[in-house]
Amino acid sequence: MAVDPLIELQDVNKHFGELHVLQDINLTVGKGEVVVVIGPSGSGKSTLCRAINRLETIESGAIRLEGRPLPDEGKALAGLRAEVGMVFQSFNLFAHKTILQNVSLAQIKVRGRKKEEADRRSLELLDRVGLASQAPKYPAQLSGGQQQRVAIARALAMDPKALLFDEPTSALDPEMINEVLEVMQQLARDGMTMVVVTHEMGFARSAANRVVFMADGRVVEDRSPEEFFTNPRSDRAKDFLSKILKH
Amino acid sequence: MNVLTDNFHTFAQGFLGTVELTVYASVLALVLGFLMASFRVAPVGSLRAFGTVWVTVLRNTPLTLLFFAVLLGLPRFGLVLPFKVFAILALGCYTSAFICEALRSGINTVPKGQGEAARSLGMTFSQTLSVVVLPQAFRSVIPPIGSTLIALAKNSAIAGAFSVNELLGTYKTLSELGYNIVWTFIWIAVGYLIITLTISAIFNYLEQRWGVAR
Repeated sequence: MAVDPLIELQDVNKHFGELHVLQDINLTVGKGEVVVVIGPSGSGKSTLCRAINRLETIESGAIRLEGRPLPDEGKALAGLRAEVGMVFQSFNLFAHKTILQNVSLAQIKVRGRKKEEADRRSLELLDRVGLASQAPKYPAQLSGGQQQRVAIARALAMDPKALLFDEPTSALDPEMINEVLEVMQQLARDGMTMVVVTHEMGFARSAANRVVFMADGRVVEDRSPEEFFTNPRSDRAKDFLSKILKH
Repeated sequence: MNVLTDNFHTFAQGFLGTVELTVYASVLALVLGFLMASFRVAPVGSLRAFGTVWVTVLRNTPLTLLFFAVLLGLPRFGLVLPFKVFAILALGCYTSAFICEALRSGINTVPKGQGEAARSLGMTFSQTLSVVVLPQAFRSVIPPIGSTLIALAKNSAIAGAFSVNELLGTYKTLSELGYNIVWTFIWIAVGYLIITLTISAIFNYLEQRWGVAR
C-alpha cells in the first residue's frame, strides 16, 4: 500500500491547553486511497483532519503534501489549501451567496477562471451531485443533505488533489445521510484521495481502503476495514466497536 | 421668524459647511475604520497591535483635545493645511475608532466556519475578509454605523470654535447683529435635524435593502 504518498504526517503533536490532542501521530495517505478515521469523541480525529490543511497549527512534527512541508502563512499556504478540499460538519456554505456563486467564487478568486467558465464548471459539478436545479437558491433554502452535497461540489470545483471530510454527515437527519454518502462513494470509486472522519461504519466498511482508529490523541489501529471490523486487535477498539455495533 | 428669512445666506453657508465637514469626515472615518478593523483581525501581530493602539488612543481622547492637537500641533511639525482640512482629519480619525469597533463586532457575528471555508478553498486573508466575512458583517453593523455618523454630524460643531465655517458658528454673527438668540438656535437645531434625519433615512433604507432578514 501507499505506493505514492500524497499526505504524510510524521510525529505530529498538539496540545489544547493541558489536553494532548495529537500524540506522535504518524500517518501516510497514498494517492487514490480512501482513509476513514474513526474513534470516540475527543479522540483528536477532527483536529487531525483540520491540521492537514492547517486550520489547526501543530506544535511539533511534520506534515507533508506530495513531499513538500506545509507552508506557514500567506500566499503559499493559500496555494496549498486550494489543492486540498475540505468538507465541514456544519457545511459552511457562504450564507450571502447563491448555490451557483458558492461553487464559482473560489474558482474565480483563487484559480483565476472567467465567470462564464467557472459557472459552467459549477453547473457540471452541481449536476453531478444532483442539484443543478437549485443553482439560483440561497443555502438557507436547501435541506442539510443538499447543502452538504453543494459543499462537496464547491470543494471539487478547485480540482483538489485530496479531499478532507470532517464528520460530513454528523449534522444531518438520518434520511439525508445516504444522499451524501452516495456522492462520497462515487468519489471514492472515481479514485479521489480522501481522508474521512466519520461515525458511519457502513461507509468505512464499503468505501475505505484503510481504517484508522484513534483514541485519546493516538492512532491505535491502522488496518484494512475487513480486518478491523472482524478482528480488532486492541481492547480500546473492541470496546468501541461493541458499543456502536450493538444497535 | 425673520432671523431665517433675513439671514438665509448666512444660514445656508453654515449649513453647507456642516454638510461638507460631515460628508468628507464620514468618508475618511469609513475608510480608516474599515482599514483598522481589518488590522484588528489580521493574522499579523504588528497590524493587530497598530489597530488596537489606534482605537485606544482615539476613542479615549476628548474630541476637543484632538482638535487642539491637530490644529495647533501639526503646524509645529511643518504640516500647514487649511483649518477645514484639519477639522476633517480630526473628526474623521476620531470617528474611525468607533466605526472600527462597530465593524469588528459585526465581524464577530459571522460564524467562524464561514472564514474557515473560505480559507480552506485557498482564499487569502484579504479575499476571505472582503468577499466572505465583511459582506455578511456589513448587514449587522448598519444600525450602529448610522448612529456613529449621526454623532459625527453633531460633533462637527466643535470645528466652529476653530473658525471653520459650520452651522452652529453662525449664531455668533447673528447675535452680534442683535437677533433673538432663541430663534437663532431653533433654526440652527432645525438645520442639524435636516442633516441627521437624512443620515437616518439613508441608513433605514440600507437596513431594509441589506439588513439581516429575520
